[in-house]
Amino acid sequence: MTSELETMNFNNAALMGLSRSEWDLVNKRLGRVPNLCELGIFSAMWSEHCSYKSSKKWLKTLPTDGPQVIEGPGENAGAVDIGGGLAAIFKIESHNHPSFIEPYQGAATGVGGILRDVFTMGARPIALLNALRFGQADHAKTRHLVSGVVSGIGGYGNCIGIPTVGGEVNFHKSYNGNILVNAMAVGLANKDRIFRSAATGPGNPVIYVGAKTGRDGIHGATMASTEFSEETESKRPTVQVGDPFSGKLLMEACLELMAQGSVLSIQDMGAAGLTSSSVEMASKGGLGMEIDLDLVPAREKNMSAYELMLSESQERMLMVLKPSATETARAVFDKWDLDFMPIGQVTKTGRLILLKDGVKACDIPINPLVDDAPEYNRPHVDAPVRAQLASTDIADSRPISQTLKLMLGHVDLASRRWIYEQYDSQVMADTIAGPGGDAALIRVHNSNRGIAICTDCTPRYVEADPKTGGAQAVAEAYRNISAIGATPLAITNNLNFGNPEKPEIMTQLIDSVLGMGDAARKLDTPVVSGNVSLYNETDGQAIQPCPVIGMIGVIEDVEKAIGNGFTSAGHEIFVVGQKDDKNDGWLGASIYQQHFGDSKIYAPPPINLAAEKAHGSFVRQQVLKGNIDSAHDISDGGLVVAVAEMAIKSSFGAEIEVPNLGQLNGWAFGEDQARFLVSAANSSALVAAAKKSGIEITRIGKVSNTRELKFGSTDAISIEELVATYENCIPSLMTKKN
Amino acid sequence: MVAIEQLTSRRPALVWHKEATLEAADLVIIPGGFSFGDYLRCGALAGRSPIMNALLDHAARGGAVLGICNGFQILTEMAMVPGVLIRNAGLKFTCRNVDLQVCETVASPFSSGLAIQKKLRIPVAHNEGNYFAEPNELEKLNSEGQIIFRYVNGDSFGLPNPNGAADNIAGVLSKNGRVLGMMPHPERAMLNLHGGTDGAHFLLKSLEALLS
Repeated sequence: MTSELETMNFNNAALMGLSRSEWDLVNKRLGRVPNLCELGIFSAMWSEHCSYKSSKKWLKTLPTDGPQVIEGPGENAGAVDIGGGLAAIFKIESHNHPSFIEPYQGAATGVGGILRDVFTMGARPIALLNALRFGQADHAKTRHLVSGVVSGIGGYGNCIGIPTVGGEVNFHKSYNGNILVNAMAVGLANKDRIFRSAATGPGNPVIYVGAKTGRDGIHGATMASTEFSEETESKRPTVQVGDPFSGKLLMEACLELMAQGSVLSIQDMGAAGLTSSSVEMASKGGLGMEIDLDLVPAREKNMSAYELMLSESQERMLMVLKPSATETARAVFDKWDLDFMPIGQVTKTGRLILLKDGVKACDIPINPLVDDAPEYNRPHVDAPVRAQLASTDIADSRPISQTLKLMLGHVDLASRRWIYEQYDSQVMADTIAGPGGDAALIRVHNSNRGIAICTDCTPRYVEADPKTGGAQAVAEAYRNISAIGATPLAITNNLNFGNPEKPEIMTQLIDSVLGMGDAARKLDTPVVSGNVSLYNETDGQAIQPCPVIGMIGVIEDVEKAIGNGFTSAGHEIFVVGQKDDKNDGWLGASIYQQHFGDSKIYAPPPINLAAEKAHGSFVRQQVLKGNIDSAHDISDGGLVVAVAEMAIKSSFGAEIEVPNLGQLNGWAFGEDQARFLVSAANSSALVAAAKKSGIEITRIGKVSNTRELKFGSTDAISIEELVATYENCIPSLMTKKN
Repeated sequence: MVAIEQLTSRRPALVWHKEATLEAADLVIIPGGFSFGDYLRCGALAGRSPIMNALLDHAARGGAVLGICNGFQILTEMAMVPGVLIRNAGLKFTCRNVDLQVCETVASPFSSGLAIQKKLRIPVAHNEGNYFAEPNELEKLNSEGQIIFRYVNGDSFGLPNPNGAADNIAGVLSKNGRVLGMMPHPERAMLNLHGGTDGAHFLLKSLEALLS
């Protein structure tokens, strides 16, 4: 390698993903031509991944305020007040590209990274969730990717001892060459003891803690900001390697040190490693930073300034400490066998100055790295108008039970047990409801308060109509939290899209953010953190857009929460949010259409946010009053699939009354929104409350003692038969020989 | 720790792995977890921690020891209970509720309060819970009454137990009945909110025998 101090040219910049105008701006701000390390820093900070240059304009439209919000977007994670003097701190983040290249390590480091974001804020992590998208079940690579990602998520979460309590998984051909791996972490902190990242006090020491720096993950943030191609395999070295045991030590050491009160500010070294952590800390504090790179603990010899600054080695943190606390802090890190190294200091200069071998390897102003990061208003088009699909457009003479069996045995709806049993969902023994529920429920240790958490997105709706799809993701999460009896509080989002330089992709991004914002405003669930993952394309083929919502809610008394399995024979079954005389339903963009209709894209079910709010609030109140014994959000697969899921989760069956008019596929499998399926022992109280609140409610049957689902008088199927197909689907896919 | 506090209203002392001495204790528990990340053979490094000599002394004096999950793996590494734990038969981590049956054993504080053949529902969560011992060793364990828990009722995938364990073994005792290693996690079945209290029943009966 030639000297690092040699000046660069535009070709070098283009290889790092900078455009001509961005290159010109770097030269202008610097007043000279950058060297390799400086150019690397600019390109990382201005990458899509770090600067949000394509999405920023639209992200600003999202609601981020509310009485419950303690910390909105901008910090390592968002924080909301959950009562009892506590804050829930949470965020979701993608690790899509690394996970496709190296599924185990990509997924594992995704989990490690999001955990660091949460404990950096001073929170002890209490739960992990995920949202995964894989290609077609029978695609050659899918099994390898599913098995690697699932064991990677478990490998990190199980080892560090944080329960993985929920998530969602779907399969679609658009993810054949670009899977999605989004990981969410939730932590708890005393609401008056939240740590932030703004550097303070010129002269204060800057400390590097955690694992040593190696040559892994160099320029990963830039890789995450380009499309995939066949050559991507050669980028395997840009995937980081996870070390959950070091992650555990780092977490314990940081939390112990924070409790001593000597940490002034702290920042995780995530994407773009030492670059983004030092720049963000200095920038937020309006200060500068000087670092001697020869002091950075390194795993490999002869690492250049460029490599040290751009490495994405895992399990590292940067802190600013009170000068008087350095030695007591060092003792904490010694106890946990971790590196602890003062590598520089906070300065007043507003510049990032890096020394290497006693020579200045970098001297750049910090403001332009953040403030001048480009913000683009990328061209977009009108969202396509979709035709409506009438239920009679799909002829169906099968009995409901047989259609149901086909649907439950398909990978879209089949049991996820093969996946979630590989995650330790109970460690720490505060998991009240783990995977398989509408929302997971975690008890706040030593109390009866509970935190409800879920992740949701229906990409086929977003593809058909991004605005509706964006709103639907929030609405479905709102229903899932409400169904267990918890009050929704706030959301984190993970916006996964294709190449934003294509106008139709930009439209998906813009419209779904607008729909999401609208729903978040009307449902009082502000967005407090999030992540954007663009360029999810392979050889020009974009993924189905997938703006994932992670939502949290709170319940005062976990004893009052309910599940989504029937609890006793004889209970009556109702649909909340549905009129008595309904005998049809919305099949456009439904799972049913995917199976039995044509392959055209039709309009998805419309979203009525006022109804979502009214029905969700009603169900929550009735759960807390004890008038509802089990509840389930009606979503993928519609009413009859929801009935089957509630029966499978229980040891009972159900007798369902079917309308006697018309073709029933719409009634049975339509995906009309804002509906819940509930069972009630005290049905008269529930019906009276609904009447009083003006909520539509329809009785559709009752829970039975026989392990059978009956639809009307002649159509029946044993639950055992449904369970067999429901449980066998994914295990048999995963063991199939090619 | 929370589980023991719940049952006894007494706070157990935590001992750091780098310490060298153990105070007199009614019971030493080695909990689950991933000691040293389990990067080497599970429990191999923890079994050589400085504190472990003191643990051996404690056991040699007839002190009681309970190893749960990774704690069980550590006990086998230290040869404080017989056998070894290898990768689950399915080569996957597994976390789920399992049914155990209490077996007839040598005199032991861990079994004295449990009815023989009683069923307990307690979760497992492990990657290396596949108990292995040579056939003649298994025979000896049986005849000497060192097997305390066996998996029963199979699993939802039609296998006899969650990990391929020989003879469906979920927990084994030392020859003198004072040391127990078990894969299931009783501390995760302490409350109705956990979905069951069989873990609390087992721990309470053990503590009653040890503290009486």
